[in-house]
Amino acid sequence: MIEFWVVLTGLLVGITCGIAGVFLILRKMSMIADAISHTVLFGIVMAYIVTQTLNGFWMLVGAAIAGILTAYLVQLLHSSGIQEDAAIGVVFTSLFAAGVLLITLFAGNVHLDVEHVLMGEIAFVPWDRWTLFSITMPKAVWMLLLVLIINIVFLLLFFKEMKLATFDPVYAASIGIPVVFLHYGFMTSISFTTVAAFDSVGAILVVAMLIGPAATAYLFSKTIKQMFIFSMLFGAAASVVGYYLAKFWNTSIAGMMAATVGLLFVCTLLSQKIMERRRKTLVSKLESM
Amino acid sequence: MLSGNLLWVLVGTMLLGIAAGITGTFSFLQKQSLVGDAAAHAALPGIALAFLLTGQKELPVLMIGAAITSALSVYCIQWIVSFSKMKADAAIGLVLTVFFGIGVVFLTVVNRSPIGNQSGLNNFIFGKAATMTKADLLWLFLSATIIILVSLLLYKEWKLLIFDPVYAKGIGLPIESLKATLTILIVMTIVTGIQAVGVILMSALLIIPAASAKLWTHKLSIMLMLSAAIGGISGITGTYISSIRTGLSTGPIIVLVAATIFFLSYFISPSGQINKLRRKMQFRKQGDLG
Repeated sequence: MIEFWVVLTGLLVGITCGIAGVFLILRKMSMIADAISHTVLFGIVMAYIVTQTLNGFWMLVGAAIAGILTAYLVQLLHSSGIQEDAAIGVVFTSLFAAGVLLITLFAGNVHLDVEHVLMGEIAFVPWDRWTLFSITMPKAVWMLLLVLIINIVFLLLFFKEMKLATFDPVYAASIGIPVVFLHYGFMTSISFTTVAAFDSVGAILVVAMLIGPAATAYLFSKTIKQMFIFSMLFGAAASVVGYYLAKFWNTSIAGMMAATVGLLFVCTLLSQKIMERRRKTLVSKLESM
Repeated sequence: MLSGNLLWVLVGTMLLGIAAGITGTFSFLQKQSLVGDAAAHAALPGIALAFLLTGQKELPVLMIGAAITSALSVYCIQWIVSFSKMKADAAIGLVLTVFFGIGVVFLTVVNRSPIGNQSGLNNFIFGKAATMTKADLLWLFLSATIIILVSLLLYKEWKLLIFDPVYAKGIGLPIESLKATLTILIVMTIVTGIQAVGVILMSALLIIPAASAKLWTHKLSIMLMLSAAIGGISGITGTYISSIRTGLSTGPIIVLVAATIFFLSYFISPSGQINKLRRKMQFRKQGDLG
């Protein structure tokens, strides 16, 4: 039963991140997601300092605020003439440093050590349970389900608008689509995803799950719908395969999941290259005939 | 007031700040700030692997391991960008987290091994400037001095490489090896710094001083000097503040000092927000008169 919950959590992380990652890749915002994954630490600590509890709901609120703040500050610096990579770098490192410092100052003896937030520990997930509607499930599963539903609802409501705002922002703005609202809404969903996943895979490694499967799907997908399906499949596959590899070698589950994400990407890219080369030699052979 | 060891640590973090300020400026101008971020995260598997393979905690061994995987990550990013349709940001993010993940995997293996627990490799994630030993500091001095000297020596060539690569190639400069040297120096800065401020915050030292300096000037020579000065001041002030009270980790404070300088510059520098606002008001006043 314990293993069931762990694998289920991993699957949910893979699917949730797989969905969230597609528009990240297409909107070229992977590094803002990386920045948010660092700054949610700041949000979580602030939520703890204000409420003095480690309640999951307040952590979501704190993380959402930190996520929006990150996206907003990056946008602000970028629009006042600072190049984008530097704007991202400045914002997330300073908020992250503030988060680490606040933890050592105010939350030193609580179960909120930095390493846990950064690297997660999916093996502990089954013991922290919530009972809602007389169903008892691990807290992480509840939060991931909630965020998965939020992500799906966001997509169902705004799929067309997001698509247009991604590929042709100027046209989207001119026909009255709230491009800015969509941007911050999307960033909020990314922060939610990060927080829901950090218990299990950690804040930094969640970025592997956000970017990796979507990037792998991006390599060969022809349509966005295709990309969504493959991204979810890759995310789910990476988390399950990563879990069993980690169990086999008795090592960090989150780390192994990230490594599997990398392996999937490299294999896909290499097989694509080999196919391409084979096709080329075939064509040149046909031509010389 | 200043105990012997603290003085050396102060000088060490100052040198580190200067070195990071200089190499950070070049990577900033090449729009590669986040590549440095990835390279810093990618040092982790190298450190753990070097320890696993040699069983030694000697700093030079760990630093070589860190340098190899950092450089490999930069190479991977370039390879992915040029051989697939992936954009740079996704490539950087992917390489960063995958390398960091592999590093965490190796780190758990290290911590399980009998020699692991006292190895303190975890320190490399957040740094431990305050408790560095004489030997650690010697490496820091040596490596920071080399970085600063080489950057000064190659100043003209790199300047040309950044602002006019076509001309640089035209007059026969070895573009590729110049680029490679720059990458090597950035990796070296990172590897030197992670012992003091840790893997994650090292990227801040590369990015923030350069970004602050850019707000004050458009001239490369002045930008380099300013960036080095801001890096040095952050290093020395941050270390000093963290030494006042025990339990304050040095890395985050150094970064916060640098961030404070950045946001001050953002508001009060010639191209800063306050100046912009004033000019806007002046313009409006003139409009009212006319």
